[in-house]
Parts: sequence; C-alpha cells; structure tokens
Amino acid sequence: MSDGARVGSAEPDSAELTADVDATRQLDLYRRMQFIRRFEERVYLLYLQGEIPGTLHQSQGQEAVAVGVCDVLRRTDWITSTHRPHGHALAKGVDLRSAMAELFGKATGCCGGKGGSMHLGDPSVGMLPAIAIVGGGNTVVTGLGLAFKLMRTDQVAVCFFGEGASNEGAFHEGLNFAAVQHLPIVFACENNLYGASTPFHQVSLVPDVASRAPAYGVRGEIVDGMDVLAVREAAGRAVAEARAGAGPVLLEFKTYRFAGHSRGDVKGYRSREEEAEWTARDPIVRLREHLASAVEEVVLDAMDAQVEAAMDDAIEFARQSPLPRAEDALTDAYATVISRETSS
Amino acid sequence: MTVAAAPAVGERRLTIAEALREAIAEEMRHDEKVFLIGEDIGVPGGFGGAFGVYLGLTEAFGHDRIIDTPISEKALAGAAVGAALMGMRPIADLQYADFLFECMDELVNQAAKMRYMSNGKLSVPMVLRCPVGTANRGAQHGQCPESYFVHVPGLKVVCVSDAYHAKGLLKSAVRDNDPVLFFEHKLLYGSKGREQAGGMDLTAHVPEEEYFFPIGKAVVKREGTSVTVVATHMSFYRSLAAAEELANDGIECEVIDPLTLLPFDDETIFASVRKTGRLVIAHEDTLTGGWGAELAARVAEECLFSLEAPIRRVTSHDVPLPVAPVMEQTVVPSTARIKAAIQRCCEG
Repeated sequence: MSDGARVGSAEPDSAELTADVDATRQLDLYRRMQFIRRFEERVYLLYLQGEIPGTLHQSQGQEAVAVGVCDVLRRTDWITSTHRPHGHALAKGVDLRSAMAELFGKATGCCGGKGGSMHLGDPSVGMLPAIAIVGGGNTVVTGLGLAFKLMRTDQVAVCFFGEGASNEGAFHEGLNFAAVQHLPIVFACENNLYGASTPFHQVSLVPDVASRAPAYGVRGEIVDGMDVLAVREAAGRAVAEARAGAGPVLLEFKTYRFAGHSRGDVKGYRSREEEAEWTARDPIVRLREHLASAVEEVVLDAMDAQVEAAMDDAIEFARQSPLPRAEDALTDAYATVISRETSS
Repeated sequence: MTVAAAPAVGERRLTIAEALREAIAEEMRHDEKVFLIGEDIGVPGGFGGAFGVYLGLTEAFGHDRIIDTPISEKALAGAAVGAALMGMRPIADLQYADFLFECMDELVNQAAKMRYMSNGKLSVPMVLRCPVGTANRGAQHGQCPESYFVHVPGLKVVCVSDAYHAKGLLKSAVRDNDPVLFFEHKLLYGSKGREQAGGMDLTAHVPEEEYFFPIGKAVVKREGTSVTVVATHMSFYRSLAAAEELANDGIECEVIDPLTLLPFDDETIFASVRKTGRLVIAHEDTLTGGWGAELAARVAEECLFSLEAPIRRVTSHDVPLPVAPVMEQTVVPSTARIKAAIQRCCEG
C-alpha cells in the first residue's frame, strides 16, 4: 500500500498535550478532514454508479470529531467505531486504498471483502472492525481497557458512538463498568442530533449526553464538534487523563451529518434552515478560514489537489483489484477448525 | 497437547466443581493472560461464584486477576470479548445460563463475528462458563439454552457431565483461540444429582498429571450393539441408568456423551449408528429446534439406510420450567421416559 495514502496520525505523542497547535499541524488537520470529506463524496457517487455494493452511512460534517480525536492517539491505542465508520477509519490510519477496496468488495480490502462499509477496520493501526450494532462498542471497549490495565500498558481505547446509543443499555453498563474499574477509556459521543430520523429531544429529556456521565462518577464534557481545534484540545486532555490512570471520560461532540442517515435518506425530518445553520459551521471551511492568515491560498489548493489525486489513485486501485475468491467466504469463522465433511 | 487415554479407575476421584477449579488454577499458573471475570466470584468472604467453583482462587492468585463485575451481563461479556481481542484469555462466568439472553449481542454479534469480519486478523480466545439445568429454580434459573448457540457460526459449544472431561475440556477451551461456551449442569457439580442419576457415583477419576481433552470429540461411555443413545448432562446419567435396566431385557445400549455440540463429532455418532441401526437422543433442552433435531437431520442425511427404526428424541417438553418438583420432573426427560423411548426404538 502507498504510504502517502495513509492519513492517520503518525506518532503525535510529543504534541499530545499541546493545546497550542502550530500552523503546520493545523494544515495537517485540514488535509485529513478534507481526506474524509472527499472520500465520502467520491464513494457516494461510486455507489450511485453501481460500483459499490450495499449501503453507505456517511460522515460529511463530522470530520472534525474523527480527526481531532485520533490526532491525539498513538498508533498503539485502539478505537471502536460504528455503522458510520469511514471517517474514524481514515483518521486512525487505515490505508486509503484498502478502505476503498473494502467498500468495493475486493480482496485487497482491509477486511478482505468480508466487512464492507459498516465493518471497516484494521487491527494493525488499532481499529477493530467497526461495530454496526448501536451501542455494541460501548461494552466491548471495556475489554480493551481492561486488557491494557491488566497488562500494565499505557494504551488508551476510544469508543465512538452516537447520541442514539446513549439510550441503549450497553451505554450504561459499559460506562459504569469502565468507571468502577478505572479503565483507560474515552467515550466519544458524536451527537449529530438524529438517530436515523428521530430527533434526540424526542427520545431523551436531557439534551446533553455528557450530563449522563456524572451519574456514574465520570467526568463529562460538551465540546464543539465542528471545531477541530476544540475537539483536539478536549480529546488531548481526556486521553491524557485516561492514560494516567484517572479512569474514563465521556466527551460529547455536538455535530451534524450533512448527508442523510444512509444513502437513500431524503432528510424530510429536518428543516432546510437547520441544515443551513450547521452547514455554515462546516469544520473544514472553518479551519480553512482560520488558516488563511498563516497559509497562502495556493498551498491549501495544492493540498486539496493532492487529496483528490489520492482518491483517484485509491479508486483506480480498488477497480483494478481482484474480487475475493468465492470460497474465501467459508474461511475465518474459526481460528481452529475441526474439519468435518459437510453433508451435500 | 497430549490427550490422555480413557480414564482408568484411580484413587483420586473429584467432583466436577473440584475438577473445574483445578483446571482454572492450572491455566492461571500456566499463562498470566488468563483471568476470571464474573459476578460474585472473588469477593473476600463471598460465595466463590454461584456454585463455589472459585473458592480459594482469590487467595491463591489475588483479586486483580479475579474481577468482580457489577450485575451487568452485557458489560461482563463485552469486557471478556474486548480483552480476548487484545490477546487476553478471559474465563467469564454467568452464574446461570439463563442470563445469556442479557448479553446476546456481545456473544452473537461480537464474539462470534469479529474474527470473520476482520478477515481472520483477530481472534476471540474467551471461555464463558454457563451453569444450566433444572434444580427447582423455575422458568428463569433452570433452562438449558445450549441449542441457541449451536446455531451461531463462530462459537464453540461444550457440555460436560463428568469431572475428567470437564477438566480436560476446560483446559482445552482456555487455550482455544475461539470463543467457547461451556455448559455445566447444576446438579452435577457435586453429588446433588446423585439420586436423580439413579444413585450413580457422580465423581470421576482425575489424574494428578496434566492432560487435555480435545474440543470436538465425542466419547462412547458404554458400548453396546442394540441401539445408540446420545445424551448430555443429567440426561446422560439417566440414559446410563436406563441402559443398565434394559440390559436385563437383552437390549445393549451404546451410550455416547457428545461433550462438544459445536463443532459436533458426527463421525463418532455415524459409526455407532451404522453398527446399531437405531438412535435415541436425550437432552434437557426443549424439543423444537433443539440440538437433537440437528443431529437427527445429520444422521438421516448420512445414515438413513443403516437405520432400522425411526430416530427418537427424549427432551424437555416445550413449556417453560415449573418449580413444583412433581411438575418439573414431568417436564424434564426422566429415566423412565428415556427407557421407554429406547424400547420403542428397538421394537421398530
């Protein structure tokens, strides 16, 4: 795989706790958000053209959360993700070509075609196959944290989940267990206001997921999820706390998905005014404007062009990649197979 | 791994609870990645688990490796899955198999599928101990739900009924790289089930030396030529009791304990059925969709022309479990019902 196609953070340890992010690093954050945005936009078209099977849950608008959080993680830290995992995967460092090929259902995909869009992941960069059951990661992540604690490593696990998952029993069991065991976990809630079409205020009398954290003795914090620098700063503090053994933290990122829930969603349940209000806070546009004073426009344009070229390369790679062998569908259910003749 | 020969009659006889405790202690000594997680398993002055299997282990290994969880089966199972994904080897405990339904997502969607979804890059080496079986505890503390999990590719399902195989299989399960559900019958931990088992000695010889018994291997525990009887847990002992009674009538039962239900040791059963021409299946799980139905289908597919009579199943009736002993004993497969089914099968 081409190194240039890897967008994940390198080894941000030195910068982990630095709230003051210099222009070079900001430029990198911009590039990585743009990477996700362009990935989502390109795969949407490829889906419509029939090149990508299945369905897509896309994350345009939520890029700042994925990039800001993963920027303060080490390669050896782990994340769990959701049915909307493209941004998390690219931000954590899943190879772009292998992510694209996975969506195409090709043998070169990061899950060999067995995972697809909803289960993107790659253990080599610290990402479990994304868990597409709402709240599914909220209990599994406690095991990651428990393993780090028992093995006395200083790794941290981040559990991405949506506000909808906070009404699952798994959210409460996972948070409470992580709390009583002082596990090195950051619960990263992406509150994009809607669980599919259902607005959060209709299913929760408390508007903030973060307000549920103190009920478990956990620190909760509300963060502007449309500001990558704010995300990065809050995540940096939370990850440092977790790494230091202070137990879990719950961060709630207020964000918005510009796209529908899944590819066929015409978004009839929300107003165009609300959409316009959030689109005006586009995290990529915001950072670009912020960078304008320090970086020349031409540099940003060149970076955009690089991102586009990487997408072209990844798409071509996916197209040219071989299909999985049909018989590979029958492997990998077990690590140790006791072979038996299957009847007829 | 070495497989011990069939247990000889020896002096050291253990109950299943003692054998499981030995297996756990040996595996914890062998590999620091093995740890225990469950409810009420390590609390000082506590119960040592719902059935005392863990008694003394906290003192031996420290509370760090014996993790008492909140009453949160989803978190408990999720923690086991996640830790296993990171290379640990958790032995999780559910107190009662009935509580499996509280953590179906963690088991069926996560534990069973992570390896596959990752294209073989990850594995989930965990064991989940699940006590099953009726013991006058009613509808929510006595079920035998193993068949639900026989239906899940990615899981392994073990049912033990004697101390020798319990120890050897638990040690194999801990070292296995796939998630193993380990079903144990509550009446068989000690000697409580003795009366229901027809007064049979429920302890077994367990050698001092380390041994393993492989997952996926059935055991012929009583040889015979008239009819094959495949049975687990208490039904296994009741089948043995029925076999002893029927021997007086000239019916020689071959009684097989499958031990592993997933993957099932078809060949041992097929070989026996080809010899006897008759098959009776007995389990305490309910009838419809029970693992006996799967076994009957496989035998029908592979051995139909060896069969001299229809296959018979003796199972719990398709109702929830009642508490009143007279009703409970009506629901579960009794020695008399198993005996009658064998007789009917041999008449055909």
